[in-house]
Amino acid sequence: MTHPITFDKTNITPTDTTPKTISGSQAVLEAMIAENVDTIFGYPGGAIMPIYDALYDYNDRLKHVLVRHEQGASHAAQGYARVSGRTGVVFATSGPGATNLITGLADAMIDSTPMVCITGQVFAHLLGTDAFQETDVINITTPVTKWNYQVTDANEIPSVLAKAFYIANSGRPGPVLIDITKNAQIQQFNYLGYQSCTHIRSYRPKPIIRKEYIQEAADLINAAERPFVIFGQGVILGKAEQEFKNFIEKGGLPAAWTILGLSALATDHELNVGMLGMHGNYGPNVLTNQCDVLIAVGMRFDDRVTGRLDKYAKQAKVVHLDIDPAEIDKNVKTTVAVWGDCKETLPLLTEALQEKQHTAWLNLFKEHQQKEEEIVIYNELHPTTEELSMGEVINVLNELTNGDAIIVTDVGQHQMVTCRYAKFKQSKSNVTSGGLGTMGFALPAAIGAKFGAPDRTVVSVIGDGGFQMTIQELGTIMQTKLNVKILILNNRFLGMVRQWQELFNEKRYSFVDIESPDFVMVAKGYGISGKSIEQRSELREALAEMLNHDGPYLLEVFTGKENNVFPMVPQGCSVSEIRLK
Amino acid sequence: MKQEYTITVYTENHIGLLNRIAIMFSRRKINIESLNTSPSEIEGIHRFTILINETEEVVRKISRQIEKQVDVLKVYYNTNDEIIWQELALYKVPTDEITEKVKVERLLREFGARAVVIRKDYTIFEATGQREETDKLITVLSEFGLIEFVRSGRVAIIKSSKGFHDKLKEFELTIPSEEAIENELIGPQTEIFIV
Repeated sequence: MTHPITFDKTNITPTDTTPKTISGSQAVLEAMIAENVDTIFGYPGGAIMPIYDALYDYNDRLKHVLVRHEQGASHAAQGYARVSGRTGVVFATSGPGATNLITGLADAMIDSTPMVCITGQVFAHLLGTDAFQETDVINITTPVTKWNYQVTDANEIPSVLAKAFYIANSGRPGPVLIDITKNAQIQQFNYLGYQSCTHIRSYRPKPIIRKEYIQEAADLINAAERPFVIFGQGVILGKAEQEFKNFIEKGGLPAAWTILGLSALATDHELNVGMLGMHGNYGPNVLTNQCDVLIAVGMRFDDRVTGRLDKYAKQAKVVHLDIDPAEIDKNVKTTVAVWGDCKETLPLLTEALQEKQHTAWLNLFKEHQQKEEEIVIYNELHPTTEELSMGEVINVLNELTNGDAIIVTDVGQHQMVTCRYAKFKQSKSNVTSGGLGTMGFALPAAIGAKFGAPDRTVVSVIGDGGFQMTIQELGTIMQTKLNVKILILNNRFLGMVRQWQELFNEKRYSFVDIESPDFVMVAKGYGISGKSIEQRSELREALAEMLNHDGPYLLEVFTGKENNVFPMVPQGCSVSEIRLK
Repeated sequence: MKQEYTITVYTENHIGLLNRIAIMFSRRKINIESLNTSPSEIEGIHRFTILINETEEVVRKISRQIEKQVDVLKVYYNTNDEIIWQELALYKVPTDEITEKVKVERLLREFGARAVVIRKDYTIFEATGQREETDKLITVLSEFGLIEFVRSGRVAIIKSSKGFHDKLKEFELTIPSEEAIENELIGPQTEIFIV
């Protein structure tokens, strides 16, 4: 496959050759349209007023969702991006508006979510004078963005935005922040049309794949007796779910997922052996230290997945497929690194693979699954206690949604339980805050998810603690009448911390007993229907009512106060030391 | 085992990039012993020379992270024997010490120091060289009353480099040619440059 070598320095033909004079704000919105953006999550303010004024005329082409807090906007943009594969867009004002985005930016950065944030800024001549609502946004957001830039002249706006979208979406995706001073928003300039960015000379998002390493990796896998595939969000970001399925099916390779990789492979697939990590399944954790070839696809060996690095897969040869060269050899030493976009590397690798089955090895996973079933899973899904368990709620939810719903989780025990027990048939169905573990993520993210996938059922599963962190977004649901289902699993504790205090701090429950308001009454105040249940006999009917209700619905389910999530790999332990109880 | 590594970073000439690179070191609690920015042989391309004292693994990992930055073109890291480097130092001494004590004059000639400015009360000398040389001169001069001392950052050129021109032409192509990709990830880093 030969390509003519061209120097792509000059832009070719602009989209619209008639020169016209427009404002910087209009140029921002024209860029949004050219980049195929249809939804913007934002909150207006003084420094971004010119853009909002221009937005008023774009009502037919751009949908703007008014949130209740800029952090809500950033998480909504994340939820939108996760379920649709498109770029999440956020508008916020200067000063506190911009600083409220930091949590969302940090979350998007560590979880590689494509996002473009436009923040207003004071007039350029006021920069550095401690003006009203002025903050040094660029320097504050430097560590949590892939790229950021401050625009002080409207002429720069089209090219800077083109660059922003290109960077946010290419290679390993990430958040980009563009800070536009008010004078640049107001300034009239000669608009020559929008040209999207396809190349930046100092940025190489995708390498050319070296065929020798593909062959070397294939040879290793073909010779393996106990090969084990672990996969993460890279498969979803690369839109390579089908290629991945072909890959494992050809080699008969058992595959386990990280929580961000969940749903890339259907949970009932024969080769799907379960969840990795601190609260993952027994088999995948223990057998990591028994495999002979470990194949990592689109995952970064996070510490929650590996446990102690010096006791992680030391006996195995490691093959790492990743698009980010800095991730290879960062935590785990690789034998063969296949640097590239997995959508391209996986088919090449599959071709070089021999068709095989590893029945005995796969059965070993099933045996471990059986043991976990007896000691942990059965009791969680079919408890004999009076109190409801989180697992059984998720189990009934699975039956009612048939594995087709998008589930958005917050952070904590409920997140681990949901990721362990939820059933998924299609990709892009699991939205959760993985790397940063942001409490309060779920409610706004569910809003974004529903905008990103309006035809799918969106259920947010939230704990009583996390729900109170971004409870104000109920206002967004009220105003947009969004059909989002909110399932609160209320154990009247900050469960995950309480569990650690029970296991490691001799039950010294330091400030984890959190009191919550009557959530149903609060929802009612926001015009959202709801119900609160505590009895097993009410569960199925209440969940069905929630799912069938035409409009937003909040269901609060009281669960066991001091239930613990098992299995667990305690911090500082090896994955082989996973505890079943 | 920690040793001195000189990291050479080729970047676009954009404001704010210095901060982006500096915070990567502070985040990992790595002390930057010296940092120098300068234009390179190509117009519009800047060059950072950063000196740190760390193990090879730490240096390799942080170099890859720096290279990930959008405005960074390429990062190279080298030990002291792989580079030619110099540092500049300025010393301010009282003039009467110089005129009276012939020994000082001889010392300065020995170190190749040259006088930058001579005033009635003070003289400023400049010395260029390796760290040990400039350091030694401080100890020697402080005996005679060294008023003030300052040392510049390290500037270095990698011995086996061929300049950045060819590499830049590669980066400007939308599709780099086959031989142009070097994959330093696999195998030991035997050669510094694979062009």
